[in-house]
Amino acid sequence: MRRIYLDHAATTPTHPEVVKAMLPYFADAFGNPSSIYSYGQEAKGAVEEARTKAAELIGARSEEIIFTSGGTEADNFALKGVAYANEHKGNHIITTAIEHHAVLEACKFLGRRGFKITYLPVDEYGLVDPDDVKKAITDKTLLISVIHANNEVGTIEPVTAIGEIAREAGVYFHSDAVQTVGHIPVNVAELKVDLLSISAHKFYGPKGIGALYVRKGTRLVSLMHGGEQEKRHRAGTENVPAIVGLGKAVQLAGREMGKEAERLACLRDKLIKGLGEKIDHIRLNGHPTRRLPNNVNVSVDFVEGESMLLNLDLEGICASTGSACSSASLEPSHVLLALGLPPEQAHGSLRFTLGRENTEADIERVLEVLPGIVARLRAMSPLLKTKK
Amino acid sequence: MSDVWSQYSEKVMEHFRNPRNVGEMENPDGVGHVGNPVCGDIMELYIKVKDGIIVDAKFKTFGCGAAIATSSMVTEMVKGKSIEEALKISNEAVAEALDGLPAIKMHCSVLAEEALKSAIEDYLGRQKLKK
Repeated sequence: MRRIYLDHAATTPTHPEVVKAMLPYFADAFGNPSSIYSYGQEAKGAVEEARTKAAELIGARSEEIIFTSGGTEADNFALKGVAYANEHKGNHIITTAIEHHAVLEACKFLGRRGFKITYLPVDEYGLVDPDDVKKAITDKTLLISVIHANNEVGTIEPVTAIGEIAREAGVYFHSDAVQTVGHIPVNVAELKVDLLSISAHKFYGPKGIGALYVRKGTRLVSLMHGGEQEKRHRAGTENVPAIVGLGKAVQLAGREMGKEAERLACLRDKLIKGLGEKIDHIRLNGHPTRRLPNNVNVSVDFVEGESMLLNLDLEGICASTGSACSSASLEPSHVLLALGLPPEQAHGSLRFTLGRENTEADIERVLEVLPGIVARLRAMSPLLKTKK
Repeated sequence: MSDVWSQYSEKVMEHFRNPRNVGEMENPDGVGHVGNPVCGDIMELYIKVKDGIIVDAKFKTFGCGAAIATSSMVTEMVKGKSIEEALKISNEAVAEALDGLPAIKMHCSVLAEEALKSAIEDYLGRQKLKK
């Protein structure tokens, strides 16, 4: 059976060119970048080249890029790093209800340690109102963190408008751009961010590597202490092959993402339209236009997400859901609830996130298979009464 | 999620793919309704009773693969049993009949047991009213 992978927001397959670029750095150019002989300097050169590429993609200077183990570390570093370096300025952090868990849990951690956290609500499309950010700022506010585009519903937030407010108020501004870098244009000057999180495996790079952009002059403390790597911001021998992979992925994205975003947006719209035509009582979650080019998130009334996913998996289609039944916590998606969805609609959500191998035939396959699955599950749903 | 799915036994998958006794029942003798939309599992179980024996059972379920499989299994297990025997069916017995459930899905079997108990209580309540 042909497998159709539609969960690119979870992770992407590493691009063959990325793998090829990484390979020499395992056994041949294996040196430690901190060593001064040629092996070391070879590795050091590769790391710095990747840093330059990453900086170029987001309009930063190379010395403003710190490599991390991924998006989660970048988010934790931004939040805890800024909070603990600026305690003298205040103890208030503003974020939103629809952040990735890496931001939310870091905020909860800080909240338990004396920091005051404001979680801003979003509207029915998942948009944060910049006015709400403005109103939430106090003289104790030291950091604002707003996701660039939400990983579940794909809504692209008004980050530039929030960045302007933050800069005017003299408050640091972080954005988790894990879902946008490598997919849509991201420019740190335009977005007016001081910190920005990046993860390589979301755009065909390897897992276990990411970066935090830190605008020159931003004060933050390190999470890792030890050697002098990453200008003493993050101790530990560099993950050279992964950093090289990130650099290659960034380079490929810079070359291909414009065209690819256009292609995926077409497939996305075809899927959204087709689902609406073939299945009744279905709604699109997230914003109709301010949306990631590869994200489709729908709620199907009267049926539960995991049972839909399991049926799709039997047909070789990989997707995801915000249903409680598919999470270890047994709680429905915090993002869908923040959008105001009643729990049964959050349980009935399906997310398809498209990527570079997907074709029109994949979309047609979903449209061919899903209506039957929904009909079968609805026939056994007590939420839909057939006989009165 | 695949970590949970890979723990679904073949029997769970078989009942999920081909659930037995799906649907509502005309004139049931007892109806059980358990669960709520917040937690994401809702089960309705209908029984037909003749001379103290459950002669038919049907269900409707909103829930995950394990919820559907346990509903299917519990309706199979009660058919032909007396009310007293049916009341003894535990959630562990339902899970066992499915060759086990992943730990995180055991609550689905609890729901199936509760649905059955609730249907029997409804039946017993109706019997009292008849007298």
